[in-house]
Amino acid sequence: MGYQIRVNKTLERLRPSGIRRFFDIACEMDDVISLSIGEPDFSTPWHIREKGISSLEDGKTWYTPNSGLMKLRESIAEYTQRDKGLVYDPHSEILVTVGGSEAIDLGIRSLVQPGDEVLIPEPSFVCYSPLTEMAGGIPVPIVTKAEDSFRLTPEALRAAITPRTRVLIFPFPNNPTGGIMRREHLEKIVGVLKETDIFVLSDEIYGELTYGESAHVSIASIDGMQERTMLISGFSKAFAMTGWRLGYACGPKALMEQVIKLHQYALMCAPTTAQYAAIEAMEHGQNDVEEMRAEYDIRRRYIVDRLCSMGLPCFEPEGAFYVFPSIAVTGMTSEEFCQRLLKEKSVAVVPGTAFGDSGEGFVRISYCYSLKHITEALDRIERFVEENKAV
Amino acid sequence: MEKLLKLLDNNARLTNAQLAVMLGCTENEVSDRIAQWERDGVIRGYKAIIDWERTDRAYVTALIELRVTPKPDLGFEGIAERVMRFEEVESVYLMSGGYDLAVIVSGRTFKDIAMFVAKRLSTLDSVLSTATHFVLRRYKDRGVIFLGEEKDERGVL
Repeated sequence: MGYQIRVNKTLERLRPSGIRRFFDIACEMDDVISLSIGEPDFSTPWHIREKGISSLEDGKTWYTPNSGLMKLRESIAEYTQRDKGLVYDPHSEILVTVGGSEAIDLGIRSLVQPGDEVLIPEPSFVCYSPLTEMAGGIPVPIVTKAEDSFRLTPEALRAAITPRTRVLIFPFPNNPTGGIMRREHLEKIVGVLKETDIFVLSDEIYGELTYGESAHVSIASIDGMQERTMLISGFSKAFAMTGWRLGYACGPKALMEQVIKLHQYALMCAPTTAQYAAIEAMEHGQNDVEEMRAEYDIRRRYIVDRLCSMGLPCFEPEGAFYVFPSIAVTGMTSEEFCQRLLKEKSVAVVPGTAFGDSGEGFVRISYCYSLKHITEALDRIERFVEENKAV
Repeated sequence: MEKLLKLLDNNARLTNAQLAVMLGCTENEVSDRIAQWERDGVIRGYKAIIDWERTDRAYVTALIELRVTPKPDLGFEGIAERVMRFEEVESVYLMSGGYDLAVIVSGRTFKDIAMFVAKRLSTLDSVLSTATHFVLRRYKDRGVIFLGEEKDERGVL
């Protein structure tokens, strides 16, 4: 009785995710239509689910090796070579993780010492900064801008580097902006990095989802970068496998043998059923990815066109499945816009500020919804903007 | 351009302007393509998918299995053509398996359909036998779910 729980002070200071907080409000209302969810509306393709089911039927319910099933690591190695032109040794350089998120946490904790600075391009996914703080590091945001197509520029990178900079988080294709880095942009970034000993954590969870001419290029594939990059990806977004919780990390052996220790003590191994399903995804899932991407592309074009014509100018996203329009025309803050849109028109979108202070003046809209659903939500947003255009 | 067909298959009411935006082409390209498909018979028509249960219209459908004797020269086509001319008939398919033609028939009442089968279908020369299966409930039709709303069970993140 009266026992005072003493929680880790750093943890206590962390703010809960801005996405979740906002969604909690929406959950209490009726008839809300949402464009806020960051996961595919497709179910996992049936042939992939079937492999998970049959592994259960066969009684494959044990732990796997800490690093993941050898067969899965081999298929990841093949896939990564085919898709990104990168060669990793499945014995020592690939780790199967519990979602891409675990890989991010492991990467940060394995590299960062107290006081180290971690560069985080923003707006970006919500986890990098809290995980850095928990590791004792200092998050250093680098603002990316709509006028630069939300790319990281070499100038901004150079300006953020100090002697204490240890890691660059590289979140492209980007959630929430849809910004991507093409080869020519990567080369300039690499030019800056090579003058330093900064290590790169490249979060490529949306790597399969880029639109337009050229496919995604991994920063690890730029000359000289593989030895100083940990490539993080997974099955959630491209293969519509969020609930299976499966990701992977590829990196140089010297780092991975350290990372594996953390993984083995904290998690043992990733879920076995999911690993069997994932082998099928790696080996026979490419058509599914193509089909889903084609569908996302249709929605993306439609949504960008509608937003722009209703007066919410919008950078045309080149990757992931979000658009990130500016709401400047309403004169509202992101928070105010989202709260009022929810109350007055029952549409949920996520305030840009959930992804860093630089997201102010923007909202994130997901297109992981059917065209019919998107159309209804956009009609409501259009009426809202019409009523609230600042003079 | 197969994407265009798929979009129309899903929702034929999208405007050419909307389709052009979605596919990243011009409105003219969309309308030319559609016109071509209409001429070539690739696109046979446009209809709404209606849940008549939610209206006042009395509407019953049945699937009739027809076993028929194929004609020497025409095979099944002759009888199929004869059957499809009835306005009660919505669809006619040549089937593999235990019977030859599947005929979807609609009417106002069960009795209407029963009488149609008894008086019009089963009396045709080539028809050997019929079996009538009434549709009791429509859960999904042409890819559209009729049973309530599909619920989005996704969480957040």
